[in-house]
Amino acid sequence: METRLRSLLRRGEDVVAAHLSSQPVPLQDGDLTTFVYLGEAEAVDLQHWIYGLEAAQPFDPVDGSRLWVLTVELPPGSRIEYKIGVTENGERRVILDPLNPRLAHDPFGANSVCHTTGYETPGWTEPDPEARPGSQETLVVASEALQSERAVEVYLPPRYRRSRTYPLLVVHDGDDYQRYSGLRTVLDNLIYRHEVAPLIVVLTNAADRLREYAADPAHARFLTFELTAALEERFPVATAAAARGLMGASFGAVAALATAWRHPGRWGRLLLQSGSFAFTDIGRSHRGPEFEPVVEFMNQFRAAPGRPSEKAYVSCGIYESLIYENRSLLPVLQATGMQVLYAEARDGHNWENWRDRVRQGLSFLFPGPLWMVYE
Amino acid sequence: MRPIVLLGPQRFRPTLAAALAELGRGEEVAGITAGWQDREDADEELRGHLEGRFRNLGLYRRMLTVFEKDPALHRAHRLRQARLQELQELYRLRLSHALDAARRLLARTGDGDLLARARREAVQTVAELDRAHLAAITEIHQEFQQAQTPWERPALVAERELLRRELGGIDALVVAGGHVATLLNRLRLLGVLELAAADLPQVAGSAGAMVLSDRVLVYHDSPPQGPGNAEMLEVGMGLVPGLLLLPHARRRLRLDDPIRVGMLATRTAPAMCLTLEEGAELHCRPEGTEARGGVRALTPGGAVVPADGIVDGGRG
Repeated sequence: METRLRSLLRRGEDVVAAHLSSQPVPLQDGDLTTFVYLGEAEAVDLQHWIYGLEAAQPFDPVDGSRLWVLTVELPPGSRIEYKIGVTENGERRVILDPLNPRLAHDPFGANSVCHTTGYETPGWTEPDPEARPGSQETLVVASEALQSERAVEVYLPPRYRRSRTYPLLVVHDGDDYQRYSGLRTVLDNLIYRHEVAPLIVVLTNAADRLREYAADPAHARFLTFELTAALEERFPVATAAAARGLMGASFGAVAALATAWRHPGRWGRLLLQSGSFAFTDIGRSHRGPEFEPVVEFMNQFRAAPGRPSEKAYVSCGIYESLIYENRSLLPVLQATGMQVLYAEARDGHNWENWRDRVRQGLSFLFPGPLWMVYE
Repeated sequence: MRPIVLLGPQRFRPTLAAALAELGRGEEVAGITAGWQDREDADEELRGHLEGRFRNLGLYRRMLTVFEKDPALHRAHRLRQARLQELQELYRLRLSHALDAARRLLARTGDGDLLARARREAVQTVAELDRAHLAAITEIHQEFQQAQTPWERPALVAERELLRRELGGIDALVVAGGHVATLLNRLRLLGVLELAAADLPQVAGSAGAMVLSDRVLVYHDSPPQGPGNAEMLEVGMGLVPGLLLLPHARRRLRLDDPIRVGMLATRTAPAMCLTLEEGAELHCRPEGTEARGGVRALTPGGAVVPADGIVDGGRG
């Protein structure tokens, strides 16, 4: 790829620019990904979050020109979020890749996105005009446990009927799942395809995330008793544990697991994505003070896991630093007798990774009548 | 013999009214939407499309009434369903291995006589498994009929009498799609088709078409869970024998995979596997079945070929 660019450069920078505008950037060639920057700079580097890849990934200028390239071996089927660091006048600024229109968003802004050979955005994550849409209502719950009122959004499936009883899924960081993973579109699509059972989904959010989601007993009480009571009063939600699930990513996954563990027999389904399942076998955790209550919980959990749930779907990106903790959780869950489906993705700690796993997770936990319904 | 028209999915390209018009019917239509389960009565779109007089026979609701009045029948029915479910799980386990072996052999390169024989026998194994499974299902149904004599029980007798009156004066029966097992259960328990006049035209779409065949196959090549093996689910009503209907085939089946296509066509032979996409029609008459609207046939060779025209020799 660099040879090709060099050859184009000999014909002029305009030719290079025209070539780059006609190709997906970064450029793919089998296992090799070539990142490209075209502009004035003293230095250019790749800002990435791939655990296991050297942090310093400098670009090289091509023949002293304004064209900078970096070729990295990245496995096929990968999805990588990144930015480009450009140093000018001794100052480094981190920018989105100007040659790559593909972006992913999160609460901190946006990142550029690289799809290596073989990765495709799943069709079921994109709006389908044939899919009937669900609807949404707001429910306000007065919580003694959390000493506050909490407003949650309740997703009702397409063709919702009060005469039917629906499974219940409570989602941590619900607004972020909706905003950055397009959760409502995904739910509409998967229910339309009959891959997931029509269910009621509650999008919850924390007022103080690092405290409430760090295995906080008050949070667990709120979900298990106060929220469910409020939901039962207003919506036809199923009461059996097998029809109730908790979902979360990162600290949200810790909150989900901790809630089920503190109240066994209440939440029969768990969807845990890239959980911040930090633990220690010896010594102290290096993950920082906000992880201390998580480590305390995970150490307790690992020592006495009980049987928090019946079925769990656990997923993690292999480019995340948490991959070790998630892989370590698997045998602990399996030893409890729970049915566990574990999936890894060539992706990182981000919302589109979590989005891409929802189909597998929800169809495992709340399977739809795919085989039986022919409309 | 009653004229039967089988249609593809109706949601985005409804062709039901046109099919009825071609039959010279549509003034007084009775409809079965039991496949929609508890949404059985949400038939506004269907009524709007038909414009003429339409009465929903309410089979789903009727059976709930019967079960309430006859809890013993309900228990027996649930037991039967549990046995059928267990049977299906056991069949699925065996089928998975048999299909895996057959596909591996079909994918193996080579054309020696030993390989050819192994392939033939492997596919035959799958077909025999399917036949044995359907025979076991038939036995379970027969046991139920003999033990419960459902059509002699007062609650069912009463509902069937009401249905008989509803069916009087109608000029066509429409069977909508939905949950294929629920639809088949209701049709079978209430014996609606037996109550209808022998020459009453029927127009059925999607799952409605599937249940009228002699075998009901459920299928999806790329499910989010599991290997995606098409399974024989049930014995059908037998009104259109020799046809295996595949609504939404393009969406559910890997029609570009000749091994999968060939396997499906071969194991279900001599029945014809016919796709039913939107706009597709099969007009089943004594002298032959005519396909229109892009119906395609799956072939043992692995191709999917246009089937518009006369597709079989008739229902005799």
